[in-house]
Amino acid sequence: MIALKQVSRLFTVGGQVVRAMDDVSLNIAAGEYVSIMGPSGSGKSTLLNIIGLLDTPNSGKYYLQGHDVTRLDDRQLAAVRNRTIGFIFQFFHLIPRLTAEQNIELPLLLAGVPRQERQARSASLLAAFGLAERKLHRPDELSGGQRQRVAIARAVINRPAILLADEPTGNLDSHSGGEIIDLMEQLNREGLTLIVVTHDPAIGQRASRRIRVVDGRIASDSSG
Amino acid sequence: MRPFDVIGFALQSLGGNMVRTVLMLLAMAIGVAAVVLLTGIGNGAKLYIVDQFSSLGTNLVIVIPGRSDTASNMPATLVGETPRDLTLGDAKALERHASVRLLTPINLGEVYISWRGRERAVPLLGATAPLLQLYFLELERGTFLPEEDMESTRQVCVIGSKVRQELFGQQNALGELVRLGGFRCRVIGILASEGRSLGLDTEELVIVPVAFAQMLLNTEGLLRIFIEARDLKMMEELNTHIKTTIARRHYGEDDVTIITQDSVLAAFDKIFNVLTLTVAGIAGISLIVAGILIMNVMLMAVAQRTAEIGLCKALGAGQGQIMILLISEALVLSAIGGLIGLVLGFCGAWLAVQFYPTLQTTPPAWAILAALGTALGTGFLASLLPARRAAQLDPIQALARH
Repeated sequence: MIALKQVSRLFTVGGQVVRAMDDVSLNIAAGEYVSIMGPSGSGKSTLLNIIGLLDTPNSGKYYLQGHDVTRLDDRQLAAVRNRTIGFIFQFFHLIPRLTAEQNIELPLLLAGVPRQERQARSASLLAAFGLAERKLHRPDELSGGQRQRVAIARAVINRPAILLADEPTGNLDSHSGGEIIDLMEQLNREGLTLIVVTHDPAIGQRASRRIRVVDGRIASDSSG
Repeated sequence: MRPFDVIGFALQSLGGNMVRTVLMLLAMAIGVAAVVLLTGIGNGAKLYIVDQFSSLGTNLVIVIPGRSDTASNMPATLVGETPRDLTLGDAKALERHASVRLLTPINLGEVYISWRGRERAVPLLGATAPLLQLYFLELERGTFLPEEDMESTRQVCVIGSKVRQELFGQQNALGELVRLGGFRCRVIGILASEGRSLGLDTEELVIVPVAFAQMLLNTEGLLRIFIEARDLKMMEELNTHIKTTIARRHYGEDDVTIITQDSVLAAFDKIFNVLTLTVAGIAGISLIVAGILIMNVMLMAVAQRTAEIGLCKALGAGQGQIMILLISEALVLSAIGGLIGLVLGFCGAWLAVQFYPTLQTTPPAWAILAALGTALGTGFLASLLPARRAAQLDPIQALARH
């Protein structure tokens, strides 16, 4: 599913070259549940951004579903992101003026899916995620847990193969955080490849495969 | 994205910040309304002038002393040079031709009129009987100047209704002798209240036989000669007749200017078109100001919505799609603002007509299209920079702003 070959990502900060990712090679199979942990500034978010095609490496190759995606142009990358990858963010990133339903439909809207189909798909997700009653509410009328569930529904509405979550519980209380992790794990059990970046060891330990990143390198990669 | 969804998304974005949207709509609407209203007034003024001239008849010819091409494209009388006067003899010579239906020599000046101690200054128009038909004048009472030789100095006058009111009040004016300049003169007719005609207030006018006017004004020259051709087809023939007659009488000199109704109308048309374009241009500047406001506000909006733009990119919007979304917002805004402006402009034009019924302020079709086109064009151009900036945002950095 995901294959990184000697990928490096350099940044220039104040005239100094910083290696956010240093010669990283990594394979993740379809349906895996992977957590990425590490201290702040270790490069775990950079790794997630490269896997999510929000960032491109300076060197190395990235194969996604067997295709080299390293040299795709902006339009092609956008199309792959839309169809193959779902994102969940720490701060939800819901559009405040849109209702829960409209936020969920956003990837389909961008993909040019007709309104009727959008509404049918969002209705089934709203029901599945316990948000049916809240579909016409705007984000500021929802609790933190509900907002993140809306964000997860938005991430999976286009039936992606991969779900990327960057500190998905970082802005939630432990109860809501637990519910969100349960929801994502359920999606993983249904076949979605789940990659979670987290500071929280308790959440990290729940993944079947745990990768630890230190100084832009993979320090450990354990399963079981 | 489907075009309908793009418009829907733009409307949602605009509805997300009503104050900002209303301000931008207002700027655009005022710009469009200004173009529509000002061009409407310009057009109305043109129609008014053209109508005034057309009312004199399209086969009217005016002969003015002096060559236009020897005096900076102006008749010599207008710049104070009169190489050779037009005389009553000239007018009489011009009258004798098959192409001439009506002819009147004209003189204009100012004299004092008095009756039993009441006195006032009035514009004096010296003419002959055909003036009544040429000017479409109407009499309230009495008769107009008698049909007789134009060299007759019969001391009679036709007075405007206001002059009658001021001199005679409720008393009968017809048949009364008034003092005009240094002469006694009998009132034979009173003009109907018609208001203004060709810059002269007929209510204040005193009309006398042209030869009598020459005596009063102490001149032998004429201000101009008005001739109406028998037929529109005879205009060319009349032109030739005037030129040859004047040349013969003025020792071979072609020293008059012949103005036809068409040329006057064409000149006015040109002048008013330029004026209308000028006011439209001035109003257009307000549209450009509106465009700058839109650009400014959209740049702010892009800064405020950085995270949203980053999110759209993460969810699968390419640079092109982000640009389309932002440009569509500006276009939708400009279109709505433009339509509001059109309504405001037409309301303004309607109000202007209520206050000045003679001014038919109909905005020309080109101005409506130009105003809407400029509004959309301005909106499009103003959105390019913000849209480009939004499209080039790095999604990671954009998403980092929460």
